[in-house]
Amino acid sequence: MSSTTRRDFLRLGLAGVVPVFRGQESQDTATARLWQPEMAGRPQGRVTDYQNDPFVIGIEKRLRCTCGCNLDIHTCRTTDFTCTYSPALHREVVAMIEKDMSAEEILAAFVDKYSETALMAPPKEGFNWAGYLVPGVVITMVGSALLWILLRRQTAVSPTGVAAAVGAPFGTGLSSEDAARLQEELGQLDG
Amino acid sequence: MTILGQLALWIALLLGAWGTVVGYVGGRRGDPELIASARRTVYALAGVVSVATLSLVVALLSNDFNVSYVASYSSRNLPTAYKISALYGGQSGSILFWAFVLGIFAAAAQWLTPRRYAYLMPYVASVTSAVTLFFVVVAVYSANPFERLAFTPIDGNGLNPQLQNPGMVIHPPMLYLGYVSITIPFAFAVAALLSRRLDTGWLHAIRKWTLLSWVFLSIGITLGMWWAYVELGWGGYWAWDPVENASFLPWLTMTAFLHSVMIQEKRGMLKRWNVVLIAMSFVLSIFGTFITRSGIISSVHSFTQSTVGYFFLGFLVVIVLAVAWLFWSRYDLLQTEAHLERALSREASFFFNNLLLVGMAFSVLWGTLFPIISELVRGTQVTVGPPFFNQVNIPIGLALLALTGIGPLIAWRRASPQNLRRHFLMPVGSSLLVATTLVMMGMRDLYATMALALAAFVIGTVVQEFVRGSGARHRLHGENYALAFFRLTGRNRRRYGGYIVHLGIVAYFVAFSGNAFKREVEASLKPGESVDLASPFGHTYTFTHIGVSQYEALNRFVSAATLEVRKDGRISGDPLTSEKRQHVDSFGRPTFEPSTEAAIRSTLREDLYVVYAGSVNGTEETVYRLTINPLVAWVWIGGAILVFGGVVTMWPGGGPGRRVGGESVGGYAAKIGDETVERIETPEPVAL
Repeated sequence: MSSTTRRDFLRLGLAGVVPVFRGQESQDTATARLWQPEMAGRPQGRVTDYQNDPFVIGIEKRLRCTCGCNLDIHTCRTTDFTCTYSPALHREVVAMIEKDMSAEEILAAFVDKYSETALMAPPKEGFNWAGYLVPGVVITMVGSALLWILLRRQTAVSPTGVAAAVGAPFGTGLSSEDAARLQEELGQLDG
Repeated sequence: MTILGQLALWIALLLGAWGTVVGYVGGRRGDPELIASARRTVYALAGVVSVATLSLVVALLSNDFNVSYVASYSSRNLPTAYKISALYGGQSGSILFWAFVLGIFAAAAQWLTPRRYAYLMPYVASVTSAVTLFFVVVAVYSANPFERLAFTPIDGNGLNPQLQNPGMVIHPPMLYLGYVSITIPFAFAVAALLSRRLDTGWLHAIRKWTLLSWVFLSIGITLGMWWAYVELGWGGYWAWDPVENASFLPWLTMTAFLHSVMIQEKRGMLKRWNVVLIAMSFVLSIFGTFITRSGIISSVHSFTQSTVGYFFLGFLVVIVLAVAWLFWSRYDLLQTEAHLERALSREASFFFNNLLLVGMAFSVLWGTLFPIISELVRGTQVTVGPPFFNQVNIPIGLALLALTGIGPLIAWRRASPQNLRRHFLMPVGSSLLVATTLVMMGMRDLYATMALALAAFVIGTVVQEFVRGSGARHRLHGENYALAFFRLTGRNRRRYGGYIVHLGIVAYFVAFSGNAFKREVEASLKPGESVDLASPFGHTYTFTHIGVSQYEALNRFVSAATLEVRKDGRISGDPLTSEKRQHVDSFGRPTFEPSTEAAIRSTLREDLYVVYAGSVNGTEETVYRLTINPLVAWVWIGGAILVFGGVVTMWPGGGPGRRVGGESVGGYAAKIGDETVERIETPEPVAL
């Protein structure tokens, strides 16, 4: 920042002496050059409306970047600014949108071009259904079996037996007065 | 110094083999000399592995670039803290570090375990020595950190800039501590199986270890999220990356174990299941390491591909087969002492909680491996990213959150309708109130609304438990409420520490719900230009680009882009500065690709997250990504609460088994043999 300020200061001073600097000054005060541009990362283009378009972002979030980062196109191009793949893929998406292709058509085009790995989640078809359903089905089946066993056992247990067991611990090592107070307090706790 | 390290590794190899054999034989024969030898071997192993580790640290600190590892992961201008953290920044160093941590834990287990568990210790020594031996074998034969180069470079490559972050100094060791410390409970479980002493003794012996391991894993995972958030610059903290999943898997099974172990202690049930859970946790921790290091699954976190994957795969197979055989041959000794009687009981809720935790672990594992499964079945690879994991796991997570609230409200053994009505009224009421308010305020995201409503339910549960317990103490002992609260917690640390952990989990879910309301915009701004971004909380932030400054720092060249921030037209705090860092070697030559440092302003409600993407045509016109991340701070708060609760739970003393004047407090606990067993009653016993 300090070097830029010095440069601007010099230009402002020279502006009064050398007329040719005048035109350049008005341009540079707005967008002065960096001291070492090559050290500020890969040069970026100006942000376009497409980059903030929810429709574009929605599609990009369903497509995987091919650089090997495991991220979707949108996350990669807005995170890894050294990646050259994700900006190119973004331009591909935009080009397809400009051809009036729908989201599903764009996704299909990417699958055609880059294989099924282009999608961030497997399409819900064929064997892929196993990916989505197996965990839920397993949990539901085991849970149902557990519940069924419990309900069957429940009917076999005598309520009086349970009540007797529940009542058993009280009083051990306590005076009768303490036990009564405790019983009362716990009764309030338990309802 | 590296010769000493190499020598230490070879000695460790011999000691590991000796400890494995002598521990097992000593345990089988009950030979005191062999048992003592096994114990001393564990200490010696810890010593020599420490010497090897120290040798590598010295090589890193002294810039010994003739050592291949030092040349690959360090450089002359690398700050000292990162030179030390380079110890676990690469494949072979991290293997050595793992062996070092395990050696220390194994020695601590031998040192700290009470004498009454002496019958388990030779087998524990055998198992820990065997696992340490495995890591030493990998270090010697596949990933030797002391390998030398044929020449000595003037400078090293340096550490990956993304690893040059304070979070990355602490996060890996914490995760390693979590992974490695699972070995101790696993060793006790195997020892119990080998010795055929399968009462609750081994469970009591490992209680602190399992909690310690769980706390370290929790810290490691949360710090990993923090590192991803502040360093990677994508504005998120969890991406369901295979390596993240690998750390989450043992955490889930350990959490399941911490719940199910209570059932075994109180009712003598789930003996087999508890052995399975501990074994599963250990296997998953090794599996996680296998995933990270084998390159079998593509991940941003992966180490360089090498032959260590084969070693880990072989080790996994051996462990699974050995444990399966041990389990099968001792199956009858693991008979349950009681049966679950009621679907509406605390035990049943723990059963379902275990089902969901292990189900979630299965689901995450299934998703992580699905690309391989798909390739095996269909011959086609697929990508399984966040959309898949969110779709499958969010409903399971919400069900778990619900059970977090339901469990403590149901009495042990059975619950009466009156009991349920009385205990559920307030939590359910607060949950409905929150849900209604959110919907009326316009919230339409189903999962976020459910998460927040269930969060209110769990908070209601926990508050109610604390209020009732403190109230009971107040009435019984005449203590003021604050004192009653502290004594209640202090004397029932396990139970109330657990409730604090539940509050930490709630904080996580609150944070996760914020993801649904994230706002972001990309903008290219010249100095003086502004862009507006609306917050989900109704504010409008105006970001005005001030300019870009460039300067040299210790081992990098920094380009810093600065924005002024206004909230609803008023200046809000200091300007935010995001940086591009071009790391250089000691000759000023660029080393890695430039990295980005996000600027983050964090409040309890929302984070402003600014990323300097780059400059347009080498000018001060700057491309920014600006994000408003609602409720992210609650992830870190949740992590802190969770760890605090874990520490309360494992703090020595307290607990229902505590004795006063030789009598069990309140008559709730009985001493049977050398085990403290709580009596079963309704509601859960509280040491008042």
